[in-house]
Amino acid sequence: MGILVNKNTRLLVQGITGNEGLFHTTHMVAYGTNVVAGVTPGKGGEWVLEGKVPVFDSVKLAAEATGANASVIFVPARFAADAMFEAADAGIPLIVCITEGVPVQDMMRVRNYLDQKGVRLVGPNCPGLLTPGEAKVGIIPGNIAIPGNVGVVSRSGTLTYEVLYAMKLLNMGASTCVGIGGDPVNGTNFLDVLEMFEHDPKTEKVIMIGEIGGTDEEKAAEYISAKMTKLVASFIAGQTAPPGKRMGHAGAIIEGGAGTAADKIKALEAAGVRVAKHPEEIPTLLK
Amino acid sequence: MKLHEYQSKQIFSKYSVPIPKGRVAATASEARQIAEELGGRVVIKSQVLVGGRGKAGGIKLAKDPNEAEQLATQILAMEIKGLPVRKVLVDEAAAIEQEIYLGITNDRAARKPVMMASAAGGVDIEEVAVTTPEKIIKAHIDPLLGLRDYQSRDIAASIDLSRDYWRDFGKIAKGLWEAYKASDATLAEINPLVITKDKRLVALDGKMLIDDNALFRHPDLVEMRDTDEEAPSETEARKYGLSFIKLDGNIGCMVNGAGLAMTSMDVIKLFGGEPANFLDIGGGASADKVAAAMRIILEDSNVKAVLYNIFGGITRCDEVAKGILAAMEEVKPKVPMVVRLVGTNALEGRALLANANMITAETLADAAQKAVAVAKGA
Repeated sequence: MGILVNKNTRLLVQGITGNEGLFHTTHMVAYGTNVVAGVTPGKGGEWVLEGKVPVFDSVKLAAEATGANASVIFVPARFAADAMFEAADAGIPLIVCITEGVPVQDMMRVRNYLDQKGVRLVGPNCPGLLTPGEAKVGIIPGNIAIPGNVGVVSRSGTLTYEVLYAMKLLNMGASTCVGIGGDPVNGTNFLDVLEMFEHDPKTEKVIMIGEIGGTDEEKAAEYISAKMTKLVASFIAGQTAPPGKRMGHAGAIIEGGAGTAADKIKALEAAGVRVAKHPEEIPTLLK
Repeated sequence: MKLHEYQSKQIFSKYSVPIPKGRVAATASEARQIAEELGGRVVIKSQVLVGGRGKAGGIKLAKDPNEAEQLATQILAMEIKGLPVRKVLVDEAAAIEQEIYLGITNDRAARKPVMMASAAGGVDIEEVAVTTPEKIIKAHIDPLLGLRDYQSRDIAASIDLSRDYWRDFGKIAKGLWEAYKASDATLAEINPLVITKDKRLVALDGKMLIDDNALFRHPDLVEMRDTDEEAPSETEARKYGLSFIKLDGNIGCMVNGAGLAMTSMDVIKLFGGEPANFLDIGGGASADKVAAAMRIILEDSNVKAVLYNIFGGITRCDEVAKGILAAMEEVKPKVPMVVRLVGTNALEGRALLANANMITAETLADAAQKAVAVAKGA
């Protein structure tokens, strides 16, 4: 089963007729994900992928017609906040926002609104979710991971792919891979995903890939220390990052001396987490 | 994006925050003219995008236009923390009775903006935050509701502001919040907010940081960007949509993805090298983007080797390799290139590059070690 997405996921794609949306929908469908609808305002009534997926003008119409229970968002940054509000108001319980570059004040409004509605958001600025063999929601390349019992959670995209691929080479599979994204204010965080993995019968071990900025890794360490029974290995990127500079991800910045890799590694090691020196070492720490 | 003091104060003033009379000058004679217009004593303030200007001698009080011209000449010849002073702000001097700190920033852990105030305003608020954090009052602002009037009153009371000033303080707090929200700021700060001897509240200094991700809806703020104050290579990289940060080492890095780019720097360091830059070329790796990135990296004469670390997912490694080869043809680099391609079609990609005399590697650890070795040998 894994967490968040599986073969029962009925996915709708917001921004399905855009370049990114269409490209990745093709890959998600090829992987076997049940994509039931797309939304592009003004293009309702059209079909994409040779008549396989219907397009609607709004999330509400799409959800009513198809019973979608998750949405993945590929719209440009300037429209992303509205897309998240729209999906939440249409009653979609799981929203995955891939879009990079959403203004942080938009995200604070979105997050506070979605929390009040009890809607789960993954992202933005994330690669999405992959439950190998069942469903791919987002842009994680499907061919680089195999089904297994390791839960993977990460703030990064390609770094996560590295780890999935290194696992595959060792014949180690993933239960679910969750990309939570690199923004300072996002939806689901490490703590949420660790709790889900702890309670997921299919997950036996966990890999957590963090980076500089914020204190989510430290909070995760507290949870691991207090509640987690499953083995956790980790890697923290940005040990050589200079303070005060945003390292590509909007959230990857050391501010006022806080959010350093050294602090995070120290907190994780104190919680009994095995912290790797470089990413290729991570899967070997779970042996 | 950072704004200068004079730019920040202009924005604050649009939202009813009182600021001193004054203007910005690029020459000493302009500074003199502004001082003449203002009459009386003026403050000459260097406009550079770093803190600690006062301590560095970049803020001076002048008693008349003659002295204003003389001090402006001095300050305009200064460098503060490596940044040349190109402009000064000439403000009327205030007779100060008390200095307060007032600021708004994003509290990422709380996922809300937070207003902070302290009766201990002035130059050393960062030190107050470290040594006596209890002297800083904090109030989270609901991003959906905005700053409530009662919150401003609570803050005023908590910093022991006399009731006579609550109404004016409330207006300033509201104005600062409106400026913060309307400008998509990540920081809006008045330090100090002063009470003058004639019982007025005035924002003597101002600082704003703007969310780069929100600049698409603020063309007016984009115009304010001071590219004098960043490395030219960073300005150039932005034009090509590359995320680039210059560092001090000698191994150039070109990587797809921010997390992997940071990691590549870390692994270089782990094996005894020093990265020359952070560079995320983003998804795919078209020849023109790789060429632009290669030119930017090689502009730095410290660079003795370049490490490519590319994960091919949906973009196949052989396509990436072709992009790199086309860019090599165009740029003709003279330093050794170490390439690590991994993921979809990695073998085909590596074969293409090995034929072109590039050093190839299978693992990141191997690639970093090879790059460190050739950089030392060069």
